[in-house]
Amino acid sequence: MNAVTAKQRNNLKQGRSSQFWRGVMRNKYLYLMSLPFVIWTFVFHYLPLWGWTMAFQRYRPNRPFWEQEWVGLDHFMTLFSDDMFYLVLRNTLAMSFMGLIAGFTIPILFAIMVNEIRGMVFKRFAQTVSYLPHFVSWVVVAGIISKMLSTDNGAVNELLMWLGIIKEPVQFMAKGEWFWGIVTAADVWKETGWNAIIYLAAISGIGPELYEAAKVDGASRLRQIWHITLPGIRTTIIILLIMSIGHLISIGFEKQFLLGNNLVSDYSQVLDLYALNYGISMGRFSFGTAINMFNSIVSLFLLFTANGIFKRLTKESIM
Amino acid sequence: MRASSADRIFDTVVYSIVILVTVVTLYPFLNVLALSLNDSTDSVRGGISIFPRQLTWQNYEIIFSYPSLLTGFKISVLRTLVGTLLGLASASMLAYTLSRPDFQGRRFVSIFLAMTMYVSGGMVPIYILIRDLGMMNSFAVYVLPGLVSAFNVFVIRSFIDGLPYALQESAKLDGANDFTIFWQVILPLSKPALATIALFLAVGQWNSWFDTYLYNGSNETLTTLQFELMKVLQSTDSGNGDYRSTNMTQVSPESVKMAITIVVTVPILVVYPFLQRYFVKGMTLGAVKT
Repeated sequence: MNAVTAKQRNNLKQGRSSQFWRGVMRNKYLYLMSLPFVIWTFVFHYLPLWGWTMAFQRYRPNRPFWEQEWVGLDHFMTLFSDDMFYLVLRNTLAMSFMGLIAGFTIPILFAIMVNEIRGMVFKRFAQTVSYLPHFVSWVVVAGIISKMLSTDNGAVNELLMWLGIIKEPVQFMAKGEWFWGIVTAADVWKETGWNAIIYLAAISGIGPELYEAAKVDGASRLRQIWHITLPGIRTTIIILLIMSIGHLISIGFEKQFLLGNNLVSDYSQVLDLYALNYGISMGRFSFGTAINMFNSIVSLFLLFTANGIFKRLTKESIM
Repeated sequence: MRASSADRIFDTVVYSIVILVTVVTLYPFLNVLALSLNDSTDSVRGGISIFPRQLTWQNYEIIFSYPSLLTGFKISVLRTLVGTLLGLASASMLAYTLSRPDFQGRRFVSIFLAMTMYVSGGMVPIYILIRDLGMMNSFAVYVLPGLVSAFNVFVIRSFIDGLPYALQESAKLDGANDFTIFWQVILPLSKPALATIALFLAVGQWNSWFDTYLYNGSNETLTTLQFELMKVLQSTDSGNGDYRSTNMTQVSPESVKMAITIVVTVPILVVYPFLQRYFVKGMTLGAVKT
């Protein structure tokens, strides 16, 4: 009796595995079209995660993994006792929060205003122009911003002097206390139009009958925005907010690298630049990895926290 | 009557703000353009807004005589072409396999890809990986590390999901294999999504400078236009090694900066307005949950 069941089970197992291989053969082109890229993803996205082991070693290049010296949490101890780390963290958080608040609210306001424009030609023109800076590299934007803020004939200084707000040109790019604001403004200038796209698309999905009904009830345009447009794009707003909180401390370093200079470095150093300068340029790879690892883990934690909180409060989530 | 006057105030405020935003966005570009076309010594006097005062091509003639800028131009064009084609091919193939409900690996591959959008190893481990793979000082480093982007794959996948499945089934009945279906049925129908992704890829490639800085910074034959512009912009007016040529007596570094900025920006300017309707659609597709 037992023997029979075992045999049956065996047959069943064989059946299942041959069924599996039959399926693979049937879809062989699908496997051929995806497997190379799965391997690619493993190499370029997952192997760097394995590279986090370097943070626990005294990593020396050109030496096999098993011959590396393990040092436990030493690099994290060094990191957390480095005064520079706290300065860098302060700058990162300051620019992230300023970027989050401005970069999140201004595109919504812009989308609502563009939506209220009735002249189709002007509306299209304004939209096309607003996308322009998004497509231009940060190198170009940094060049343009420096030119506009420069003390010799920069547009901003000339305008402020013409208005009589200042008597002589302000050296915007040389003052540390201006740096966070300049980076945030540059970001808003570059991305507002682009980030408004999703909101505009969401607004166009709201049924026109809602607005018709509101008009019949005599609701003003402002009341229509408040009671129809904003609730209509609520889901989009929340999903994008969760995403931006997840990316809160991964603000990148391009803006800071390109707009910063020696005079403002106390305000312009962010986590990635810290990893670049102390990790790669100085060859302290393990220390740099510890910085990157800290950054990634905090981001992931923020993403899950934001997702969890919003799931509870609003029933909206990205996962 | 009261409602209409309130509406008029509302309209005035909205139009003024949007016009202001448009001016603030456009003015810097027009200013840089005017400066790049203006005589260098005259520009120093200031007062140039959006029209050149003494029109000249001199600044452009001079920057096109820099050998490193010509190499940069060639490499930038090459990486844009190769990177866009490879990126399109890989993203569309992956997207197609993920849209097939009968593909067993679908769920695993989706999650495997989606994970990469949320967690990254970071700059240093990636740098070490690139070095260990022997990709320092190579053209490959421009196109390979960024080959597949999960976001692009998901945008194309949502588009393919919207196509009628019956088309694939009838092709299958005619004896077409999966690759033929992808190549002859799916790709031609996916042009709007592909145009969007091609734009994203091309702009990303054209605008990159940090990979040149990090991996190929010392290799003059692999320099890119953005990297050269970065070097010019970051250098102070006096200590500019590469661009302090004999011609510098004729034009100021400021004018050179403005001319290079325009050369780098123009290719994008002529392309993006025509693809507007595609990328607006593409961004909306990308906003769906993964």
